[in-house]
Amino acid sequence: MATTSEQLERWRSQLDCSFAAVQAVFADCMDDAALALSASGIDAYLACARALGKMGRGPEPVLAFLQEWPPIAQSVGEDTLVDVSALLHTMQKSPNSAAMAPLLQTLAAVTRRLQGADPLRHYLRVVREMMARTTVSIHGHHTTFASPGLPVLLEHAPRLLGALTVAGLSHWMEYGARHYQHQPERQREYFALQSADSRAVLQRERHGTLLVDVERQLDLTLRALWQTHAPLHAYTTGLNDSSTQTPWSTHHTDDDSLCLPDVYDDLNGVPGLDRYRVALAHMAAHRRWSQTLVADNLSPLQRLTVECLEDARVDHLLLHHYPGLRPLLQALHPRPVEGACDPAVASCLRHRLAMLSRALLDPDHGYTDGALKECVNAFHAQFIHGESSTQAMQTLALAYATRTRRQSDQFARVFFDNTVISYRDDNRHLWTFIETGDEEDSFDEPRSAPAPEAPGLPPRQYPEWDRASQSYRPDWVSVYEALHPGGNASTIDALLEQHSNLARQLEKLLDLLKPHNRTRIRYQEDGSELDLDIAVRSLIDWRAGAQPDPRILMSHRTAERSISVLVLLDVSQSLNDAVPGTGQTRLELSQQAVALLAWAMDRLGDPFALAGFHSNTRHDVRYQHIKGFGERWNDVPKARLAAMHAAYSTRMGAALRHGSRTLGEQSTDKKLLLVLTDGRPSDVDVPDEWSLVDDTRMAVQELAHQGIHTHCISLDPQADTYVHAMFGQHATIIDRVEQLPERLTRLFLSLTR
Amino acid sequence: MTTPYYQAQGNEVALFEAAYTARLPVMVKGPTGCGKSRFVEHMAHRLGRPLITVACNEDMTASDLLGRFLLDASGTRWQDGPLTVAARTGAICYLDEIVEARQDTTVVIHPLTDHRRLLPLDKKGETVHAHPGFQLVISYNPGYQSLLKDLKPSTKQRFVAFEFNYPHAELEAAIVSAESGLEHLRAAQLVQIAHAARQLKGHGLTEGISTRLLVYAATLMVGGVDAKEACRMALVRPITDDADIRQTLDHSIDAVFA
Repeated sequence: MATTSEQLERWRSQLDCSFAAVQAVFADCMDDAALALSASGIDAYLACARALGKMGRGPEPVLAFLQEWPPIAQSVGEDTLVDVSALLHTMQKSPNSAAMAPLLQTLAAVTRRLQGADPLRHYLRVVREMMARTTVSIHGHHTTFASPGLPVLLEHAPRLLGALTVAGLSHWMEYGARHYQHQPERQREYFALQSADSRAVLQRERHGTLLVDVERQLDLTLRALWQTHAPLHAYTTGLNDSSTQTPWSTHHTDDDSLCLPDVYDDLNGVPGLDRYRVALAHMAAHRRWSQTLVADNLSPLQRLTVECLEDARVDHLLLHHYPGLRPLLQALHPRPVEGACDPAVASCLRHRLAMLSRALLDPDHGYTDGALKECVNAFHAQFIHGESSTQAMQTLALAYATRTRRQSDQFARVFFDNTVISYRDDNRHLWTFIETGDEEDSFDEPRSAPAPEAPGLPPRQYPEWDRASQSYRPDWVSVYEALHPGGNASTIDALLEQHSNLARQLEKLLDLLKPHNRTRIRYQEDGSELDLDIAVRSLIDWRAGAQPDPRILMSHRTAERSISVLVLLDVSQSLNDAVPGTGQTRLELSQQAVALLAWAMDRLGDPFALAGFHSNTRHDVRYQHIKGFGERWNDVPKARLAAMHAAYSTRMGAALRHGSRTLGEQSTDKKLLLVLTDGRPSDVDVPDEWSLVDDTRMAVQELAHQGIHTHCISLDPQADTYVHAMFGQHATIIDRVEQLPERLTRLFLSLTR
Repeated sequence: MTTPYYQAQGNEVALFEAAYTARLPVMVKGPTGCGKSRFVEHMAHRLGRPLITVACNEDMTASDLLGRFLLDASGTRWQDGPLTVAARTGAICYLDEIVEARQDTTVVIHPLTDHRRLLPLDKKGETVHAHPGFQLVISYNPGYQSLLKDLKPSTKQRFVAFEFNYPHAELEAAIVSAESGLEHLRAAQLVQIAHAARQLKGHGLTEGISTRLLVYAATLMVGGVDAKEACRMALVRPITDDADIRQTLDHSIDAVFA
C-alpha cells in the first residue's frame, strides 16, 4: 500500500517536529513504518517520536528512533515499545540523556542478536541497572554525574551480545560497575573492552565451549586416535562473527602447532566439543596423508579447487578409519542449494566448490550437475587402489577447474551463503613457494628478536576471592618468585647452637618417628607365620582342657613415612617488632624456629621446602625461594634463611596458591603446608580487613581439594578472632613467642606422627 | 582336557621347549593381559607337566611358598607349600606377578634356580631335591617399574626371559575372534580402539587396554550386547577414573563404530 500525501501530512502533524534532519527522512521512514506496523502501532510510534522531539535533546534521538523502530517492532512485536519508552523516559530525567542516541542506534542490531521480546526486556533491564549503578554523585557537589561507561557499553552492545547471553552481559556489567564505580577513566576502559580484566571476565562469561576447558581431552584424542602430538594453541576470536573462525596447522614449519579458535559455539546441533574434535581430526588427517605441492604455477582459482579436493580426500580417508565421525562431518558441512547462485550477477566459484565438496562427502547429495557428477565418480575411482595422493587430486582438480570456470568467477561480488566449511583449516601447510612473491604467507618470515627481558621469572597470575560479590576475580594477583639472596650461613648454625639442649630432647622423639621397615603384628588369627611362643601356650591350654587362644599367628607390616612439607614464612613488616623480654625480634625467633624445624625434617629425611612471602599491592606479591624440595639442607639455603628481612604486607592467599604448585607435584602420600605468620592477612590496596581473610579461606579449601593439608602457626595472641575462619581447626596460636622454636618443631612432629 | 588356545607371536613355543629340556628357569615379561599366563598354561599342557600357579602378593611370606607347621589333634603337622609340592612332584611352578611379593620372600627360590636344584626347608630341617621334571617359571610386568617394585638383580640373573607385548593388529584381531567367536571385522575394530588407548599410556593411563579386556568386550558383543555399550563397559570403565580420558576413549569408540 502506497502512502498518500494526505496521510503523510496527518502523520507529520502527529509528529509535530520541525528539525530539518528529521523532516528530510520522514517520508521514507513512514513508508517503512506503514509496511511494518499496525495502525495503532503507528500511532504509538509517532507519539513516542514526538515525545523524543520535545525532550530538547536535539534531532539525534528522534532520528535514531524513527529509523530503527519499524524493523525492531516487526521482529519482537510492537508491545515492547512500552519498555523502550519507559527506559528513554528514565534516561531523559537522569544526567544520562546523552546515552539515548546510542541506545536507539544499536537497538536494532541488539534485537537481531537476541531474537525475542523477553531477552530484549532483560537487556533493557541490564541497561537500566547499569545506569543506576554508575551514575554517581560526589560528596560536596550538587550535581550527579553521568555514567561514563554507559554510552560505551551501548555502543559495544551488539558485539558483546554476539559472544554473551544477556545473563552473561549482566554479570560482565556487574563486575565493571562494582570495581570501577569511582574511577571514570578505568570504567570507560573496562566497558570499551580495553582493560585486561574486562576481557578476562568476558571470556569467563562467554557461551560455547572454551578451548582451555577441553584442551587436555583434545590432546589425549590426538594421541589416542592419531598417534601424533603437537601443541594446541588457542587464537582469540574476539567478538567477531563466528563464521570466520578457521583453524590452521603449521606442521611444515619450525613452529609446529595446531591452532584452534578459543571458543566454539554449537553449530547445526553439533556441540562445541565435537566441533573441536572434528577440526582436530581433519588437521591430523592432513598431517598424515597430505603432501606439499608447489604453488607458483597455479592460479588462485586452481589452488582453491585443489584444496577443495584434497580436503575431501583426507575426509574420505578419515571416515574410512573412523566411520563414526560421518554424522558429525555431514552435520557441520554446509548443504549448498543447487542453483542458489546466479552466475550472471555474482561469482559462483565458492558455491560451486562447496557443492562439489558436499557431493564428495555425502553420497545422497542429490545434485544433478553433469561435471560435478563426473568429478565425483573420478574421485571415488581414485580410492579403488589405496589412499591416492595429493598429486592425483591436483590433476583431478585442474581438469575440473578448467571445465567449470566461468568469466563471472572474477566478479567482485562473491556468493558466500552456505559455503563456509567451519571445521576445515586454511591449508597453509599444503603449499610451498619456490619464488618469494606477494602471495607468500608472511608467517614464515623471521621476526625480529624480542627485546631481552629483565632477569628473574615472569610473574604468575592467580585469582583472588572477592568477598563482596562472592566470586573469583580472574588473574588478579601477580606473584614474582625469586631466589632469596644469601647471607652468612654460620648465623643459623649459631642460632641452632643456642638450642642445643632442646635439640637433644627432640632427638629422642625423632628416633621414635624414624621409619621402621618392619613392624611385627602379633596375635593374628590370620597371619603369615606361626608365632611359636603363643602357639605353644595355646597347645598347653588345649592339652589342659582349657579354651586355647586361636590367635597364634603373626604378620609383618612395613611402616614408612611418606610426607613432604612446605614451610611458608610470612616476612611482613610487623616481624621487625621486638619481643618484650628477649631482646630479639619476631623475625629472629622465626628464623630460629624454622632452622630448628628444618634440622628436624632433615634428620627424618622428609622432603621439605622453605619459602618466604610478602606483598606490596596485588601487582607485586614476592615469593622468596629459600630451599626447594630438591635441595640439600646445607650452607646455601641456610645462608638464604639468615639473610631474610621483613617488609611490606601479608597477602596470604596468593602465596598459598603459589606454594601449592610445587608442593602439589610431590609424589608423597601426605603433603603438609605450614604457614608461620604473625597477623591477619592484609595489604595496602585492600581496605576491607575481612577481604583477604576470606580469600585465604578459599585458598585453603582449594589446597584441600588438591590433597594438601594446611596448618597455620600464628604468633598473634589475638588471632582467635580470625585464624579459625581461615584454617578451621588447623591452626595453632603461640602467645609466648619466645617458645616458638620448641613449639614449632614439636607441633610438626605431632602433626606427622 | 584340551590344550588351552594360544596363538604364537613368534618362535616362543620352540624356545620354551628348549629351555624346558635344559631345565632352565624361565621369566615371562610383558604388560597385563597380553597372554603371559595363557602361554605358560599352554606350554605345561604341551609338555605334559602339571602346573602349580601361585599369584604373588605383598603379604606373601616365604612360608606361603615353602610350607608351615599347622596344629592338629596330635600336635603339629607340616604342610608343604606350593613351591615344595612342585619341587617334590616335578610340576611346573608358575609364580605370577612375582614383583608383587616382597624382595626377601623371593630369595627362597634362589637355590632352586641354579645348578643345585634343591630347596632347603629350614623350619623342618629338610632339603628337598627337585624332581627331574620340575621347572620354575615367573612372570613379571615391567610396566609397574617403580623404585619399590623391582626384582633384585641377583634374582633376575637366574632366569632366561621372554619379552611379550600385545600382538600386532592383525594377529590380535585373530586372537580376539578365536577366543570369543566374534566376526573378524568387528574384532579388528576393537583392536583399533585398543591401539588408541595404548597411545595414552603415560599420559594418564598406567596401562593400555589389554587383549584380555578385548576378549571380554567381544564376548559381551557375541552375547548380544550393543557394541558401543560393550566397549564402554569392558574397555573404558575398568581402566580409568579420569573424566578426560574416559571421554576421549568414549569418543574413540563412537568414531570407530559407525
